[in-house]
Amino acid sequence: MNFLKFLFVGILFGIILVKSEAVSWYRIFEMFKFQSFHMYGIIGSAVGLGIVSVYLIKKYKIKSIEGQKINILAKNKSFINYLLGGTIFGLGWALAGACPGPMYILLGTGVFSMLIVIAAATLGTFVYGLLKSKLPH
Amino acid sequence: MEYILNPWPWYISGPLITLVMVILILFGKNFGMSSNLRTLCTIGGADKYADFFKIDWKSYSWNLVVVLGAIIGGFIATQFLSNGAPIDLSIETIKDLNTLGFSNAGETLLPPEIYSWDAILSLKGMSILIIGGFLVGFGARYAGGCTSGHAISGLSNLQIPSLIAVIGFFIGGLVMTHFILPLIF
Repeated sequence: MNFLKFLFVGILFGIILVKSEAVSWYRIFEMFKFQSFHMYGIIGSAVGLGIVSVYLIKKYKIKSIEGQKINILAKNKSFINYLLGGTIFGLGWALAGACPGPMYILLGTGVFSMLIVIAAATLGTFVYGLLKSKLPH
Repeated sequence: MEYILNPWPWYISGPLITLVMVILILFGKNFGMSSNLRTLCTIGGADKYADFFKIDWKSYSWNLVVVLGAIIGGFIATQFLSNGAPIDLSIETIKDLNTLGFSNAGETLLPPEIYSWDAILSLKGMSILIIGGFLVGFGARYAGGCTSGHAISGLSNLQIPSLIAVIGFFIGGLVMTHFILPLIF
């Protein structure tokens, strides 16, 4: 059951991201060129509705389906890691056109060269883990 | 059926992404895809090399199931829920891409100039995928999240760190798109 419910969420996520074209390299390029509202509409409406949803979940202290208190993890209060890490991420996102969700989804659409991107992203995460203590945070 | 087979407009897609986030929250989890890369490292034995990977990967295995579902979802969407309609890119985008040497922009999800076997078997093509993927994996963990964790979940929770990260995403993306891509292509 646990397996099936998360599998279902993943399938839903994959379908939505393909049908929205948010997995497309071209759409990412277009977004960073400010030449279409499409991606801004997707992210904007997702966040707008997300703010309302999270607010309501907190306000009414809605419990998870297992009856547990919902705990949305707060991020550490630091600065430079978010800005530097974010910038590095953005460079890769606009180059490969795929972020960590879409890279799996695109694999499912039949783009097997995406395995190289996934392997490289795993390596990037590994190298971050090795260097973590030496990087400014 | 036509509505499903055609590309979905932003005002359908955006709220559905919120739905995915809300379902995961109600399941007692968080919406964040890049942490799977860390889990994969740990499963591969990275915990022998850095404390960062000393995590109980089984407590994150639910997210790997989401990944498996996402792959299946990508397959279902292209095989059964698409009519092959080209991506409705703006005229300026198509023109700019033509100038860079990308022909038939929008006819597939990804440009064959980067993702076809011909392209990746060249040094340039292989380098693009490896460097792009590496930066995404490194940057996401350094920033503590990616598009799903920061731009969607974090901003929905009004977290300042996520706003800083998203500003970073844009700095990097704008530099790549406006200054580096024209040098590569």
